[in-house]
Amino acid sequence: MGVYLFKRLLLIIPTFLGITLITFLIIQMAPGSPVSLKIQQMGGEGIRTETVSKAVIEQTKKLYGLDQPIHVQYLQWIKRLATFNFGDSYKDHRPVLTKIREALPVTLLLNFISIFLIYLISIPLGIFSALKSRTLLDQAVTVILFILYSLPSFWVAMILIIYLGGGEYLNLFPVAGISSQGVGELTRWGQFGNVLWHLVLPIIVLTYGGFAFLARLSRAQLLEVIRQDYIRTARAKGLSESAVILKHALRNSLIPLITLSGTLLPAMIGGSVVVEQIFSIPGMGKLGFEAVLSRDYPTVMAIAAIEALLTLVGILVSDLMYVWVDPRISFEGM
Amino acid sequence: MWPPGPRGQPRRVAPTIMNDTLLTVENLKTYFFTERGVFKSVDDVSFTVPRGKTVGIVGESGSGKSVTALSILRLVSAPGKIVGGRVMVSCRGVLQYAPTGTVDLLTLEESEMRRFRGGKIAMIFQEPMTSLNPVFTIGDQIEEAVALHQKELNEAQRWEQVLEVLRLVRIPDPERAARSYPHELSGGMRQRAMIAIALGCRPEILIADEPTTALDVTVQAQVLELLRELRERLGMSLILITHDLGVVAEQADEVIVMYAGKIVEQGTVRQIFSHPRHPYTRALLEALPTFHTTGRLRTIPGSVPSLAALPRGCSFQERCDRVQQRCREEDPELMVMGEGQVARCFFPEL
Repeated sequence: MGVYLFKRLLLIIPTFLGITLITFLIIQMAPGSPVSLKIQQMGGEGIRTETVSKAVIEQTKKLYGLDQPIHVQYLQWIKRLATFNFGDSYKDHRPVLTKIREALPVTLLLNFISIFLIYLISIPLGIFSALKSRTLLDQAVTVILFILYSLPSFWVAMILIIYLGGGEYLNLFPVAGISSQGVGELTRWGQFGNVLWHLVLPIIVLTYGGFAFLARLSRAQLLEVIRQDYIRTARAKGLSESAVILKHALRNSLIPLITLSGTLLPAMIGGSVVVEQIFSIPGMGKLGFEAVLSRDYPTVMAIAAIEALLTLVGILVSDLMYVWVDPRISFEGM
Repeated sequence: MWPPGPRGQPRRVAPTIMNDTLLTVENLKTYFFTERGVFKSVDDVSFTVPRGKTVGIVGESGSGKSVTALSILRLVSAPGKIVGGRVMVSCRGVLQYAPTGTVDLLTLEESEMRRFRGGKIAMIFQEPMTSLNPVFTIGDQIEEAVALHQKELNEAQRWEQVLEVLRLVRIPDPERAARSYPHELSGGMRQRAMIAIALGCRPEILIADEPTTALDVTVQAQVLELLRELRERLGMSLILITHDLGVVAEQADEVIVMYAGKIVEQGTVRQIFSHPRHPYTRALLEALPTFHTTGRLRTIPGSVPSLAALPRGCSFQERCDRVQQRCREEDPELMVMGEGQVARCFFPEL
């Protein structure tokens, strides 16, 4: 087990380097650069861009280290990474690490609640569907889940904002940010409640489509497990139907669902870009989106690196969870 | 615990059953209702299981022997349905409160039925690999059975019982086996563990559905020997379902031969093996290899007809070498051939 873990952790290093290298090349190859953006901005400020001399451009490039060959730039980035120095943002010249430290907890809170809710609702729904399989109720659940699944999230977000977030209809929830102005004056619980209140709409948008996949998966799993011989053995013992389902069937059918959760987190951080953008939530998604638009290379690279790491660790965690939930799987001798 | 009805009120309990019969199956009918038609998997099957004896049920795949066993425990799942018959169980000595009498399992409420499942009649299955839950230890799975049927025991006593049944089935190092998961045991050990789970329920009748089919030949012999020994030691009755006539010859006291959902012949093991009356039984015996067999083994031509489209008359007519016009027109009844021997044939062997 220890040896296996060590091997897996070692393997993360080359994979991680590969991912960051590709990201680095892609953003460098993408049209537009921080320098040209800067010059455009100057144009907006009334300075005639044609008059900006080549010298100024060279100077700016030099400032950012963009004058050097690309492999040198990448190596320098790696070198700084080794000391957890992600550099300063091109945009506002604040340290990237500080910006991420502000954004990450927001996104994590948002996504943890969403994942938790998705599991909390999907699994019982899946069990219910499986037990009522091929009845009208099961089919109704399926249809509703697929309708939810196919609604685009930006559209649902807009509908929610229009109907529940002020406008001409109900004004139940705030539609932007994660807390009200002056929230600092509230008590600790008051602040917490205020943040939750702000997160209601974003969380609805993040969760509603997630039910379909997990509920269908848990339904299929349970139906599969119920046909197994050991379920018949459990019944032949004289166990009640509820004990057969909740103890013998459920544990087996949840194995793939539990292990799946390890890979969900990085996926959801990537997936909350749209939601954060719409609801102006200062999280990782919004930060990354804006960094890409403004060719803020250090921020983009930092986010890419963190998400790559989270993904790799997530995969490792889900592999380890297999051992935890399924006694047939062990890493002995691997 | 027992009686299942309101105390002091006899409920569905018939008068004392004759002498020493533990289980009586009467006119059992289990049909499968599918889109392709109604499959009469068990069609009018009747037999009795005497206390302390082994009843062998033999037949090809699809003959209805497993469905018969599952019907006794009411474990047939949809689209299968028990459509008729009675499964009478003698209640003498089920638990200390038990009145003397019989009860029809098919009329019980599901909650009452659960006391009989395992507690009175336990069942072990063909595939020890897939019949054990992979995510629980052997000890957990036995303990669950013990807890269900011996509610008076505390945790320590239950665990002692777990080790006791593991010793009964001759599993070496019971302490370790109890902590093992099914995949950590060999096929033979798994089947022993299955038997241990059944014994943990303290049954009076053990139904073994092809208990050795999935095992190596040498292990088969050991498991069969164990079953015989346990039956004698614990005074259980055994219903042994198999397609292996050799197993039946060695183990059974009485034999039931099934074909296409019906009993075609029934008798003592001696009667069946020395004087088979039904052409199907005879053909099965001729297909058995013996020391004197030379050349190719005899086979029975053709295959079992579809249960959804049985021919008019005798189900075996297409494969029978004694078939006559009457067999194609009339369905034969089970006819008495001798003391305790019946066969479903108009033209039995003499």
